[in-house]
Amino acid sequence: MGIQNYITLLTDDTDFMQYALPNTILYAIIIGPGGYMLSFLVAWVLAQIPKKVRTVAAIIIYSPALTSSILMTVVWRVVFSGDNRGFLNNFLLNLGVINTPIQFLQDPTTVTWIMIFVGLWSSMGIGFLAMLSGILNINKEIYEAAYIDGMKNRWQEIFYITIPSMRPQMLFGAVMAIVSTFNAYGIASALTLSSPPPQFAGWLIVDHMNDFAFSRYEMGYASALSVVLLTIVFLFNRLAHRLFGGEKD
Amino acid sequence: MIDPKNFHRSQIKFYLILLPLLVVMMLPIIFIVSHAFKPLDELYAYPPKFFTTRITLDNFRQLIGVAQQTGVPFSRYLFNSILVSITVIVASILIGSLAAFAFSFLEFKMKKWLFWANQIAIMFVSVAVSVPRFIVMHELGVVNTFFAHIIPLIAMPVGVFLLKQFMDQIPRELFEAAKIDGANKLQIYFKIILPLIKPALATIAILAFQSAWNNVETSQLFIKDESLMTLPYYFQTLTLGTSSIAAQGISAAASLIIFVPNIVLFIILQKNVMNTMAHSGIK
Repeated sequence: MGIQNYITLLTDDTDFMQYALPNTILYAIIIGPGGYMLSFLVAWVLAQIPKKVRTVAAIIIYSPALTSSILMTVVWRVVFSGDNRGFLNNFLLNLGVINTPIQFLQDPTTVTWIMIFVGLWSSMGIGFLAMLSGILNINKEIYEAAYIDGMKNRWQEIFYITIPSMRPQMLFGAVMAIVSTFNAYGIASALTLSSPPPQFAGWLIVDHMNDFAFSRYEMGYASALSVVLLTIVFLFNRLAHRLFGGEKD
Repeated sequence: MIDPKNFHRSQIKFYLILLPLLVVMMLPIIFIVSHAFKPLDELYAYPPKFFTTRITLDNFRQLIGVAQQTGVPFSRYLFNSILVSITVIVASILIGSLAAFAFSFLEFKMKKWLFWANQIAIMFVSVAVSVPRFIVMHELGVVNTFFAHIIPLIAMPVGVFLLKQFMDQIPRELFEAAKIDGANKLQIYFKIILPLIKPALATIAILAFQSAWNNVETSQLFIKDESLMTLPYYFQTLTLGTSSIAAQGISAAASLIIFVPNIVLFIILQKNVMNTMAHSGIK
């Protein structure tokens, strides 16, 4: 008992090593930093336009984060359906790019990428809102002073003024990005309507853990998996604090 | 220029960046809306139609009808969801703001350590602790009761954090003056602090509502009795249960029912949310 679970995890669980871990890392690397940078850039662009339009646009961009990811798979299943009724297949067939419909939801590679697309689509959540209001709250005189001191363009503005001035919001956004990334599960199963999905496509650590905990009732082993997951989350958080944390850290 | 007052030609490039993004963000949601109101024959139509020409409530009627067949009326799931959401909102606002009040205004032993623990709790994603949570719920003996929906959600570390950051902006003199006037801590909290932090309370209400209204895990893990389950879980079993095309319309209607209260609440309270987020930074 005890340490045995971790030994099994590292040496014997091929589903974990072959699918759950690499899938989670791929997903986290793209959705985490990718979604985070996208959130910042979109927030920055939104800050450049007048308030009324900005508010409407911000609501639209935030709204996917309000949807339930599993229920929304209804849409994705119709969009990516493997027959010619699927919107994407229909579109590509009409364009003449393809001759026969692509089985998007049967191929593990496309399932993984669809899952990543869906994750990015719904990644502009509360962290995005924090960054937007962070950008809007920077004192405008700082910019003016910097331009007098010889700042040349808007890229310099972003890296020398905007980001350093809103470090606390950047850190909050990073923590939220990490949390929501590692909270994702079940999307691939819902897309393919089978658990586990064909060839474990898009099978994440949380899926693996839930499978052991609530399908096989191997709570000890599932706990070992959750310790591994929490360790990964914790390390990413340390990294975020290193990058954006204040002097105390 | 950050936060311009008016439109200027130099902003056109930003609109050009935003436009395709807005389309991508909106299309799936527009699709859900149009799919939910589509008649059955248009769900089967080839070539697929994005917008429907004949709006019908058939999908919603069927959604309610399917529920009847399980022996539990649709209104029961709805009632459960509303009751759970309201309880979670009220309880998490009360508990969260009291905790934040202590962190912001009071001095006590281990304050720093406890706030650090709250920071750690933010990053401990809820699904990762579902195993210990499952065991705790069983030990508490609340499995298969209403409390099983509520207890896991009332402690909201993000909420405590946001409320504390917001309260830190309130001048300390206000607290000291009230103390000199003879008010006790609870009076200060209810009469002075609560009215000042309304924007943050609205934000927490939204976050609490989202976590309760969209939640499927509590029904999935802690409830056995069908009549105690909530709306999103029931909807999820419909969505995952079948791949038939007829079910797509019903599922779209279900997604819409879950989504609409979220977005309406956010639109009503978005000013408060942005106001709260200005103080959200982790220093």
